[in-house]
Amino acid sequence: MKFAKLMVATAAFGMAAGAAHAADMATDMTLVSWGGAYQSSQQRAYVEPYIANNSGVKVVWDESSAEAVAKLRAMNEAGNVTWDLVDVVASDAIRLCDEGLAMEIDPDSDLAAAPDGKPASEDFGDLLVSDCFIPQIVYSTTFGYRTDMVGDTPPTDVCAVFDLKKYPGKRALEKRPINNMEWALLCDGVAKDKVYDVLATPAGQEQALKKLDTIKDQVIWWSAGADTPQLLADGEIVMGSTYNGRLFSVIEEQKQPVAMLWDAQVFDLDGWIIPAGLPADRLARVKDFVKFATDTQRLADQAKYISYGPARASSAPLVGKHADLGIEMAPHMPTDPNNAKNTFLYNYEFWADYRDDIDAKFQAWLAK
Amino acid sequence: MSGHAEPETGPILASDGTPLKKRLARSLRMQKLRALALIAPLLIFVLVTFIAPIADMLFRSVENEIVSNTLPDTVAAVSDWDPKAQELPSEPVYQALYFDLFLAAEAKEHTKLGTRLNYEQVGISSLFRTSGRKLDDIGKVYEKWLIGLNPAWKSGEFWNELMRGAASAAPDTDLLAEQRARLTALTDDPMQQDIGFVPGSEIARILPLTAREYTANALFIAIDKNRDISKRGPWEAVYTALAVDLGDPEVQRAISGYQGPGSDELRAAAAAIDTAPPRDFTAAMIKVDKDWAKPENIQAIKIYSGKYTAGYYLNAIDMQKTLDGVSERPENQQIYMMLFGRTLFMSLLITFSCILLGYPVAWILANLPLRTSNLLMILVLLPFWTSLLVRTSAWKVMLQQQGVINDTLVWLGLLDDASRLIMINNQFGTIVAMTHILLPFMILPLYSVMQTIPPSYLRAAKSLGATNWTAFWRVYFPQSIPGIGAGSILVFILAIGYYITPEIVGGTTGTFISNRIAFHISSSLNWGLGAALGTILLAAVLALYWTYDKIVGIDNVKLGG
Repeated sequence: MKFAKLMVATAAFGMAAGAAHAADMATDMTLVSWGGAYQSSQQRAYVEPYIANNSGVKVVWDESSAEAVAKLRAMNEAGNVTWDLVDVVASDAIRLCDEGLAMEIDPDSDLAAAPDGKPASEDFGDLLVSDCFIPQIVYSTTFGYRTDMVGDTPPTDVCAVFDLKKYPGKRALEKRPINNMEWALLCDGVAKDKVYDVLATPAGQEQALKKLDTIKDQVIWWSAGADTPQLLADGEIVMGSTYNGRLFSVIEEQKQPVAMLWDAQVFDLDGWIIPAGLPADRLARVKDFVKFATDTQRLADQAKYISYGPARASSAPLVGKHADLGIEMAPHMPTDPNNAKNTFLYNYEFWADYRDDIDAKFQAWLAK
Repeated sequence: MSGHAEPETGPILASDGTPLKKRLARSLRMQKLRALALIAPLLIFVLVTFIAPIADMLFRSVENEIVSNTLPDTVAAVSDWDPKAQELPSEPVYQALYFDLFLAAEAKEHTKLGTRLNYEQVGISSLFRTSGRKLDDIGKVYEKWLIGLNPAWKSGEFWNELMRGAASAAPDTDLLAEQRARLTALTDDPMQQDIGFVPGSEIARILPLTAREYTANALFIAIDKNRDISKRGPWEAVYTALAVDLGDPEVQRAISGYQGPGSDELRAAAAAIDTAPPRDFTAAMIKVDKDWAKPENIQAIKIYSGKYTAGYYLNAIDMQKTLDGVSERPENQQIYMMLFGRTLFMSLLITFSCILLGYPVAWILANLPLRTSNLLMILVLLPFWTSLLVRTSAWKVMLQQQGVINDTLVWLGLLDDASRLIMINNQFGTIVAMTHILLPFMILPLYSVMQTIPPSYLRAAKSLGATNWTAFWRVYFPQSIPGIGAGSILVFILAIGYYITPEIVGGTTGTFISNRIAFHISSSLNWGLGAALGTILLAAVLALYWTYDKIVGIDNVKLGG
């Protein structure tokens, strides 16, 4: 009896769903991002056009991406996930997927194909680093330097960071081993393709820390992406690492005497994950949104507002001018051939394994 | 029974005939209940927001069920293995590992365990992740072999009938319950729904491993995936289990007399067992990932197999669990004891500088006429009302090398431009900024205590011949001690758990233990270690409070007049 009722209800529901597809999508969406210029580029490139097409949809932003993994885990334990779509870096996406906190997606059915019909899995290619990850942008961690503090020979090589004689002054590095250890080994004569093999051994880790020791008392360690741009603008440091988009705004928007080094920039990815276990109506809405927000045009549009490279191969030719400054954005993309002469790809697998171990050594070294 | 003789000696009765004592007790109880009801919201609030999280934290710092829940049979099998022999564990360990890991990978729980064990043994995270992806390959060969023998092995219907046994066969509900429990432990899901399948007890006795894996498969598919097991062939682990079972001479003997459904196909498969691919799980697992040949990885499972572990606490005091018991961590990884020491030392320093700076201010406030002192009080409170982040960032602007203080000193010619002072991103910066931020917590209790000290006492002391200093030190100061006590406790306890200021201005030498706790909670996700560090910090504070009570006496602390 009960079962039969259920069957009827399900059948009716199915028919209704076919007739009025939009009716069973939630109207509210909570998107989680990083705040600042990056979030506003998402707002302008994805959310505003989406709302223009789907009136009545309300989007709430939560600026929690930095703690997304911890918060999502806590929400999941409490059994009340309030987020619909979360912007995270790729390594966090891998961890969320590992922990079962993010939903696995099928790129070809969940994401839009390229304009020429190429399926999404090929358009994103290698950037689909996890089964749960929907890439948006390629960004890089690279160095910026004060043009007025480096004399007549501006640095062209990442090893300038370790050259206190030629470029005296403080430098800013991130307060974590990732990237710093790689740069240290590169500048200690390790070949680029051997860096992670060396870093996997205790001797290699020692070697990297020893190299960092040579500049330790000249380093200001940052933990927020805004620190280095501020320190550069204040003239506190001669050079420092940060995300390329932050340097772009120091150079082009604030017109500070700062230039990009680009050498040995470390590519990383940022993108969306859908939390696991969303109710059907919210899931339907978020899938609809994400398919739109990661299509070729939308990803290319985002580059109008911030200097991060679109994650789709098909978006690259569509990158145009900055919406407010009116300058060509292509030369400011980390993926631009001129900037990408010598690059380094963040090794997700390696750091998933070694991050705790090397971090313990790195922090112990820092505190000494 | 004579009612008239009793009244004087019997209990005094109330108007309705109940003893008065009882009535009184009842009305008192009612009062208590009413009082309880009044404070109930607060009590519940405190329980929910304060006591429960602390209890949860304490529990998390020792909880370690994930290992035995995810790999139950491996944990059992590995207990006989002696890792010190420097040999790989025996075949049964790898066999148990395969079946445990297969189910865990299907339920997507294996990577969680990988993350957990990676805190102890580098590389396990990716070992579990790649194993989860490639584990299907092991079973595929047996599936191919069986289907090659007879296409019936592809049929979900056939398997279902085989595992149910004959219609007359007794159902084996124990096995079903056992597998439910296995899946519940693994997935944290109650798994209680009826799935319309119970394995037959005779077939379960003949093919123990197969029946077990098939039942787990049926339960998981029905409850988690909402699909009927009889619609499709089982997953690879069941084919593997059958190949293992059929290789057992005991099983072959039992099959020869079996009459239930599928018995002919079983006999045919048992007869062809020599053509089956070898059942060598050690080799198969090592082929999936060569790291399974490293004894350290199995060792980590063995060492951390208990449901509860002291491992997080040991990590939190720079020790580690090894095969030979507890030992110190390598020197290049020791950090927490130093950070605990630094946190205590710097908190004390900050408390003292607060006393030094706060005492005179409170004295002035307490001794000025009310109108002026109110004005000054606002100056004390104003920074108190400003955002913490703003104040901390302001110190950055003040103290940095291109900052206000250095610029002024250079402009005055007191300092050479090349030798600007380094006052931030070190301990000095942390102490200055935190002293400033915590100063009101010292001034306010001091002020309220000093207000109650009558000025006439000082005048009396002086009129009796005391010098200014004697009058202050012998008469005034002792009376202000309760204020110092209260202020010190407040400042010290706030300082010891401070996080944001050391993070922003602390650099590398000015960070506190709370910065590492925050790192483990929000970044490395090692909540167990974070909880252990937090618990130790809590215990340290309680111990200090106790000592303080013994030395100074908590009655000597006053927060107000």
